[in-house]
Amino acid sequence: MTRIVVDPITRIEGHLRIEAVVENGVITDAFSAGTMVRGIEKILIGRDPRDAWAFTERVCGVCTTVHALASVRAVENALGITIPPTAELIRSIMMTTQYVQDHVIHFYHLHALDWVDIVNALKADPKKAAELAQSFSKWDKNTPAYFTEVQDKVKAFAASGLGIFANGYWGHPAYKLPPEVNLIAVAHYLDALEWQKEICKIHAVFGGKNPHPNYLVGGVPCSINVNEVAAINSDRLNLVKRLIDQADEFLNQVYIPDLLTVAGFYKDWASHGGGLSNYLSYGEFPTKGYNQPDSFKYPRGVVLNRDLSHVYPVNATDSQEIKEYIAHSWYNYEKGDSEGIHPWAGETKIKYSGPKPPFVTLEGYEKYSFLKTPRWKDNPMEVGPLARLLVAYASGRTDVQELVKATLGQLKVPVTALFSTLGRTAARGLDAALAMIWLKEYYGQLMERVKINEVSTFNGEFWEPKTWPKEAEGVGLVEAPRGALAHWIKIKNGAIENYQLVVPTTWNGSPRDAKGQRSSFEQALIGTPVVKINEPVEILRTIHSFDPCLACAVHLYDPQGRHLHQVSFE
Amino acid sequence: MGQSIWNSMQQKGYSRRDFLQFCAAAATVAGLGKSGVAQVVSAFEKKEKPAVVWMHFQECTCCSESFIRASHPIVLDVLLDVLSLNYTETLMAASGFQAEKSLSDTIEKNKGKYIVLVEGAVPTHDGGVYCMIGGKTAESILQTVSKDAAAIVAWGSCASNGCIQAAKPNPTGSTPIHKLVDKTVINVPGCPPIADVMMAVVTHLLVLGQIPALDSQGRPKEFYGRRVHDTCYRRPCYDAGLFVESFDDENARKGYCLYKVGCRGPVTYNACSVTKWNEGTSYPIQSGHGCIGCSEEGFWDNGPFYQHLASFPGFGVESTADTVGAVVGVATLAGVAAHAVVTNIRKRKVIAEVHTEDQKES
Repeated sequence: MTRIVVDPITRIEGHLRIEAVVENGVITDAFSAGTMVRGIEKILIGRDPRDAWAFTERVCGVCTTVHALASVRAVENALGITIPPTAELIRSIMMTTQYVQDHVIHFYHLHALDWVDIVNALKADPKKAAELAQSFSKWDKNTPAYFTEVQDKVKAFAASGLGIFANGYWGHPAYKLPPEVNLIAVAHYLDALEWQKEICKIHAVFGGKNPHPNYLVGGVPCSINVNEVAAINSDRLNLVKRLIDQADEFLNQVYIPDLLTVAGFYKDWASHGGGLSNYLSYGEFPTKGYNQPDSFKYPRGVVLNRDLSHVYPVNATDSQEIKEYIAHSWYNYEKGDSEGIHPWAGETKIKYSGPKPPFVTLEGYEKYSFLKTPRWKDNPMEVGPLARLLVAYASGRTDVQELVKATLGQLKVPVTALFSTLGRTAARGLDAALAMIWLKEYYGQLMERVKINEVSTFNGEFWEPKTWPKEAEGVGLVEAPRGALAHWIKIKNGAIENYQLVVPTTWNGSPRDAKGQRSSFEQALIGTPVVKINEPVEILRTIHSFDPCLACAVHLYDPQGRHLHQVSFE
Repeated sequence: MGQSIWNSMQQKGYSRRDFLQFCAAAATVAGLGKSGVAQVVSAFEKKEKPAVVWMHFQECTCCSESFIRASHPIVLDVLLDVLSLNYTETLMAASGFQAEKSLSDTIEKNKGKYIVLVEGAVPTHDGGVYCMIGGKTAESILQTVSKDAAAIVAWGSCASNGCIQAAKPNPTGSTPIHKLVDKTVINVPGCPPIADVMMAVVTHLLVLGQIPALDSQGRPKEFYGRRVHDTCYRRPCYDAGLFVESFDDENARKGYCLYKVGCRGPVTYNACSVTKWNEGTSYPIQSGHGCIGCSEEGFWDNGPFYQHLASFPGFGVESTADTVGAVVGVATLAGVAAHAVVTNIRKRKVIAEVHTEDQKES
């Protein structure tokens, strides 16, 4: 029995540590630890609720925009604000844009190197690589000359020390791609790096900048005026159109074909990393406004025990549904650490009780993470692209069902293949493909509204604090690219009394709960083979398949505004 | 390693013309103008690729994300070839001890010659347990990597001035880099900084082989020498008293000045309205939202964001502000009084106060 530690887990956002127990080449237990905390919820207390989006947006710069959206939705929910349809369309354009950008970046820059051996790409025949690439894609860069150029680039780079690719697990027996596929993937890794900066310009058009574009309670900050140079005009809308077309081409001619090609060589990973059997989605992409979740393109709901014949409803305001536990987290609860508390009533006193740094292992410590442990009706839930596809599938959404079935057919794998590391990674691609379709749809609808001059982007009815009730509370739900995200706010006398976030990586990456039930990361690692103890690429494959985001996942909060940084070393 | 940038470009099939174009772009970015091109060319022909490590502490990775949005020619080659980026938790292939090895190898083999880029602040309360990597505190890692560094760059507002986690009540004792290391730190504030500004700072270091001219807050004068307000294309509206009164009103649709709905442009030093964001696509004001002042120290505690700044001496066109900035409350005036003081003096004072607070708390 060996306990292996991977810290830092790289190619993620934030600071994550995995400790795994390996017996006879297979993982038998795992511990997921978030090792950084900032206290943003505490910082929000007493501030203007209209400013909260800017604070919470800074929770994460990788999933930029998603916290801003959750925050304005929470405030609007609390104050009874309905935003104009045009503003809703612009928010949906920004969000679908984020899905596409985020998933492409994840596949190439955060996940691909778990499957693609960069050094092996040097052995490829560029001509054969071009033939292969042309067989599954119309991307016009896929020529022998292009692949030769990329190969030369990598050669020169290898000769100069490999920089960001140094000390990877190159040559590891778990890498299965032929050299030509490795070369194609490396070439597109570089292309994707150049391309991602383009699609982000959509955020800059509507939000002024990316990362961290601007949002606004009551709508969006930009105004539309097709007779004015200093507003969203026909030129700006044309730019957005061109960026959407570019993104569409990149997604369909590069990302999706690459994903399916790579997946075809790793079908054994359709039986590893399944993890939990429960899936939660808050639903996303309004068609009749945020207040009508039944109209969302992705439905809200829960699937339990992988039973796709039934979807359970989710109520984020019910104190019995969503609760957070701290039995294995570096916090204390007043009524004891085995309690679970709904975010409205939550209390948190941070209490680090791990080893004094520098330390080698967290073994033997009951508490081992700054992440709390959320549960839905006391069940651990997986969230993310796979979860929302499964909830949509089980809800009978035909567009999702057709896409999933076609993809499984193309890969020649059964439906059960979805419940795996490979299934999670493939689901992310399908999620991006759907988001791309909807992005085009939303853009078309925006143009239709501009045509008839329905361009209002802001509802200022309840902008002034004097129009607010003395006390109000709200919830903002978002399906972020990484999964179910919710912000809970309480407003009193025009200021934030209380603010709480429960985010995707908290669901997936948290430590076990009071009953000892593992969360997604830990459960998914159980049964995973590890061929070489010192090069656990298999751990990275499964952990990266969730697209972890640790800055999001860790937070602390205290409704009474008590002193929070009480720490003791036990 | 050991290749000049020109050599590395030749190997990749770039022509001399491509190279000169790259240098021209680099020179423009570095604020050198066309006359600087010769200097750039000669620097890039001689200089070896410097080893660079990019540290992540208390942050949200928006600085890394911004960096990869850089738009100038062959940006990819800057990442892969101009720098030897040996450690960055966001992009590097290696994890765990192989990642730590990349870091320690770089430090050992390049003593006095490597560049440290820091993204994030460092929590100092309670022995530093609020940010640990590989079982070590962020603070101890910072000390190790900065000891033999040739230059230290603090990316973004977190590393430069603490940013959001240092906003009141600063629960984890979050501290900017320059207060923790005994060396000159180049502060490149902003949440995040503009991609092309980041690239320019890197280019400046490489081209001139020296730390750029800094202001009293350690910021490159090139990019933080002017207020957003003074270079804003909506400034004529301000001068003429043409203001947006409410978001998306008639005036908003005409692109008038956002001062009255909350804009920190008049007290924010940054290049947004000149360089703009995302390859010059836009900047916050152009897209209808006031500047929130994200490159200024303590900007989170300088809100609420939608309350407009009062007029005060040194602000700009005082008479206009007096006559047009109608609802200037007493409280607002008091809150804004601090900005009347010349920035440099103000910053020094603030830093001194924060130091005193630190001592009290620890």
